Amino acid sequence: MTANRTPLYKLHRAVGARMIEFGGWQMPVHYSGILAEHRAVRTQVGLFDLSHMGEIEIAGPRAYEVCQELFVTDIARIRIMQAQYSVMCFADGGIVDDVLIYRLTEERYLVCVNAANRTTDSEWMVEHNRGRAEVVDRSDEYALVALQGPRAETVLSRLTSHDLSAIRRYWAAQGEVAGVPTLLARTGYTGEDGFELFVPAERAEHIWQACGEAGRAANPSTGLRTGLVPVGLGARDTLRLEAGYLFYGNDIDARTTPLEAGLQRLVHFEAGPFIGSEALRKQQADGIEKQLVGIRLEGTGIPRRGYTIWSEQTSQRQVGVVTSGTQSPMLGVGIALGYVAPSGADEKRKRALQTNKAGYVDASGTPLAVAIRNRHIPATVVKPPFYRRS
Amino acid sequence: MEAPKELRYSQEHEWVLVEEDNLATIGITDYAQDQLGDVVFVELPEPDTHLTQDEPFGVVESVKAVSDIYAPVSGTVKEVNTELQNTPETINEDPYGDAGLVQVEMNDPEELDALMTAEEYERFVEEEQEDADE
Repeated sequence: MTANRTPLYKLHRAVGARMIEFGGWQMPVHYSGILAEHRAVRTQVGLFDLSHMGEIEIAGPRAYEVCQELFVTDIARIRIMQAQYSVMCFADGGIVDDVLIYRLTEERYLVCVNAANRTTDSEWMVEHNRGRAEVVDRSDEYALVALQGPRAETVLSRLTSHDLSAIRRYWAAQGEVAGVPTLLARTGYTGEDGFELFVPAERAEHIWQACGEAGRAANPSTGLRTGLVPVGLGARDTLRLEAGYLFYGNDIDARTTPLEAGLQRLVHFEAGPFIGSEALRKQQADGIEKQLVGIRLEGTGIPRRGYTIWSEQTSQRQVGVVTSGTQSPMLGVGIALGYVAPSGADEKRKRALQTNKAGYVDASGTPLAVAIRNRHIPATVVKPPFYRRS
Repeated sequence: MEAPKELRYSQEHEWVLVEEDNLATIGITDYAQDQLGDVVFVELPEPDTHLTQDEPFGVVESVKAVSDIYAPVSGTVKEVNTELQNTPETINEDPYGDAGLVQVEMNDPEELDALMTAEEYERFVEEEQEDADE
């Protein structure tokens, strides 16, 4: 099977982007280099092609009811033009996908899903919709372009008359960007301020080039240029990990539940029942067997997916496995996410069970070790985000 | 891709610069650093370690990947470029200059016959790229 191409494929090739296959798509992994792109997003602004992501619409008078069954969150809390991070679960509580739900109108929700899960998700939604709402996979109609970084609003303001300061984080607006009708969402996956622009696929090249030009234009009053660079999936991954965001397929999947993944805050049993609520209620009462934690290395080395986690530097007891890891470009130390047994603090765990936390313990400060090529490198449990702009 | 004429090259993308007294400096090629992307970590052997041809002796890590470095020739490590621990990006910036990883004293200079010339290596890389594009 040949990989899909986004509407921006040709532009990426033209500027010499290194391409990789990701989730069935040919995507840029980097343009100038992962570190330079990462730093540009933290200090200036980066431009991302996220057109591989899927967009599935759930619409109609019963759309709310269908969404409430599909997702673990409280759908009633999403106001019109608001966005909500959520997950869909299987009946056993395992995660189908993590998504952003945008409520476009009273009865219309746009669900932005991971590229690799697009087909699974839309089939799952259609199956459980049972004909009540209109479930339409609109992924091919949309291109998704993101501007992320402290200068994102400045750059975008050069392309739209919409009052961007009126769009708060996790809210959206319909407007025009460079003359193209756009859903402007103040959302992202980098830990920086920024916007995700849902535009008609056939206008993708126009939007991309307009953003590029606006991002390199000089500020008329200061004469300073904004340092916009295109950013590939390589830096997208290091940015999201520094910010502590989970990545489906690595940190969460069908064999992990939201309670284990530290996404307890999303689960609203009282809003349900939702698919998986029975299994999750039981897990909440029984307590979880593993929990996702953030880990910062105290020694030199780079933690990677699949590396084992040990209770202490000298101990022979393995307590978990790394699911994502990298060297933080901003901190210069190894950072990782991984599942560990929620043991250690038995009293804390009992309290956590009593307070509906499913036994998820805040283990911050716990010393651990990560095995890197048979050496145990000392590490500490930390609560993500690993990096926050001061 | 750059491949200086005076060097010899391995199929694992290491280069060897042969100096006098059977001394040889080993590094990774321009092609290898380009494939890896931003190098952020280097792990090298201690002096006096014995290297065996075609066996891994160190590790180079980029943001995305971990890559073993294979010894293009056998020998004893005389000098280690410890600077690279603080400035691993030198491998990207100057793969044939300051980014030599170790200097070894070869115990069998005839092993060099198994390595490629610059011209052979360039052809080898072209074929590898063609395979990757298919």
